[in-house]
Amino acid sequence: MIVFALVQLVPGDPIRLALGTRFDQETYDALLARSGLDQPLVQQYFSWAGRALTGDLGVSFRSGETVTSQIAERLPATLTLAVASILVALVIAIPLGTLSALRPRSVVDRVATVLSQIGISVPEFWMAIVLILVFAGTLGWLPSGGYVPLTDDPVGWLRRLVMPAVVTGVVSGSVITRFVRSSVLEALGADHVRTAQAKGLTSRQVFTWHVLRNALLPLVTITGVQLAYLLSGVVVVEIVFSWPGLGQLALQAVQARDYPVLQGAILLFAVVFLVINLVVDLLYTAIDPRIRR
Amino acid sequence: MSGPASSGTGPVPSGTGPVLEVEDLQVDLRTPRGTAHVVNGLSYTVGHGETVAVVGESGSGKSVSVLALLGLLPARVATVTGRALLHGEDLLTMSPERLRQVRGPGAGMVFQDPMTSLNPVLTVGRQLVEGIRAHGEVSKADARRRAVELLGEVGLPDPGRAVDRYPHELSGGMRQRVMIAIALSNSPGLLIADEATTALDVTVQAQIIDLVEKLQAERGTGVVWITHDLGVVAGIADRVLVMYGGRCVEDGTVDDVLERPVHPYTRGLLGALPDLAAPAGPDGVVPDLATVPGVPPAPTDLPPGCVFWPRCPVRSDPRCETEQPPLVQVGGGPGALPHRAATWCEDRTPGAASAVDRTFGAASPGEGGS
Repeated sequence: MIVFALVQLVPGDPIRLALGTRFDQETYDALLARSGLDQPLVQQYFSWAGRALTGDLGVSFRSGETVTSQIAERLPATLTLAVASILVALVIAIPLGTLSALRPRSVVDRVATVLSQIGISVPEFWMAIVLILVFAGTLGWLPSGGYVPLTDDPVGWLRRLVMPAVVTGVVSGSVITRFVRSSVLEALGADHVRTAQAKGLTSRQVFTWHVLRNALLPLVTITGVQLAYLLSGVVVVEIVFSWPGLGQLALQAVQARDYPVLQGAILLFAVVFLVINLVVDLLYTAIDPRIRR
Repeated sequence: MSGPASSGTGPVPSGTGPVLEVEDLQVDLRTPRGTAHVVNGLSYTVGHGETVAVVGESGSGKSVSVLALLGLLPARVATVTGRALLHGEDLLTMSPERLRQVRGPGAGMVFQDPMTSLNPVLTVGRQLVEGIRAHGEVSKADARRRAVELLGEVGLPDPGRAVDRYPHELSGGMRQRVMIAIALSNSPGLLIADEATTALDVTVQAQIIDLVEKLQAERGTGVVWITHDLGVVAGIADRVLVMYGGRCVEDGTVDDVLERPVHPYTRGLLGALPDLAAPAGPDGVVPDLATVPGVPPAPTDLPPGCVFWPRCPVRSDPRCETEQPPLVQVGGGPGALPHRAATWCEDRTPGAASAVDRTFGAASPGEGGS
């Protein structure tokens, strides 16, 4: 409902945009009737919601394709980028956050804090442009953008994936680093860690089973949040790297006042959030016996 | 389970000499408000099968003094000096790997709060098994069998099922039994119980004390029992060490210290015990509980003379304020264990003792002294 209302609030007339500058009143009326936009808003909402429940998200005003097929077309690119980014993020965050927590206020900790602060603060588009200038421009090692499916060209796929994944991964990784640091610090201070030491476990055993294992819970939460955010399409990064993902699709739909596509995309983001939260909750029960019942 | 006579052939020796000898233990902690002198020259000995109770109020350095023995204080803030010989081997200078080997088989430790001292995400069995397997080649199945056995020994009902439980599924008393099982899992020569029964209700407390005494009798374990509960002391200890301001202010046999206290602080502590036999006044009102006025000195700012001087009701000697009283023998015959106190105050009126006798005479379940 909120999705629907917000989209309708966007000013601009989709039919006018679809027809261009030259059109007569008859064509306009006909199109208006065909797209259902002449109906009262409440009726539009219920017919849209009813069809959405059956998996029919309508037809794009702009291209005439079904919304589901447009989303399906963009989904692999977005999935690829999201998964790659979260991997980059975790590879950065877990060691860095752990090291800072093990030596609080040391040089490593300070450097990690500054780096993650930079990672959070620097605008993604700027980082993206700098990477393109250096690796695609000056060094010429990587293509500046685009996407090819893995099945078509594995090497090209990887080469095009690296930069966008690094940009979004660094941003998410900076956020996650902070969480890892604080949750490991908290786990380190727990009484049961002292018990584990007093048992005569090696420091590695103590760390793996009594610190990291317990620090995992907050990490799962924040990783879920970050993954949901990445799956909702990282608009800026997708635009800069001409990455044909859902963020780009949503942006184009806004620009074209393509209500069905926009509504479909936003609905999908909402569903993604719900599903990821569900998965996170299920993971909790696997990790923390206190939640099991 | 190493018998008392077996000579030290294993990795961690257990002989018939003293189990633990602590000499001039000092612990300084770096704090934002300066260096805290938490333990200042503590010396004591724990013999084979003997129980030494360390008493004192919160902040007197009791817990820190034992955590320091096993290197369980954060190295970044703690400086530990002195000597602590466990079966003749200095805990404070041994290599980290040797210390790891000693933790468990050499000395087991039970902590104060059973609610937080077990890892909430691992089963009880797993936490026992890892301790057992950290000290020798034991198969998982054997270690598990041993874990079930231990849980039975500490009186957990249905140990075969309890072994697969998580800590949150057990009550506080049961968790503390698990802690004791963990501490005993490698048959240590020394058991350190840091306020092990403070968080428990009295019946459970009595059960745990009985349990430790029983295991001690079977295995000859030396026990350091930290508490501020003098009722527990009377029940379990052979000797008592009273700590104040990070120093030992009085030590001796349980009878000497509880019945013939010398140090004004010990007398204050004993006087603060509720006397169940105290007669109510004519209006039915029981007299107010005696207290030791004031608070312990901040370990960052200890007085130069006697640590108890600022709160002492009987200070009279001019040296009290300026000069630290040495720990000197005040009683105990040539054949008996010495009774020592660190005070300039020579007055030995056993004022507090009569009330103490009454309280303990009724309450102490065990035999008390050795």
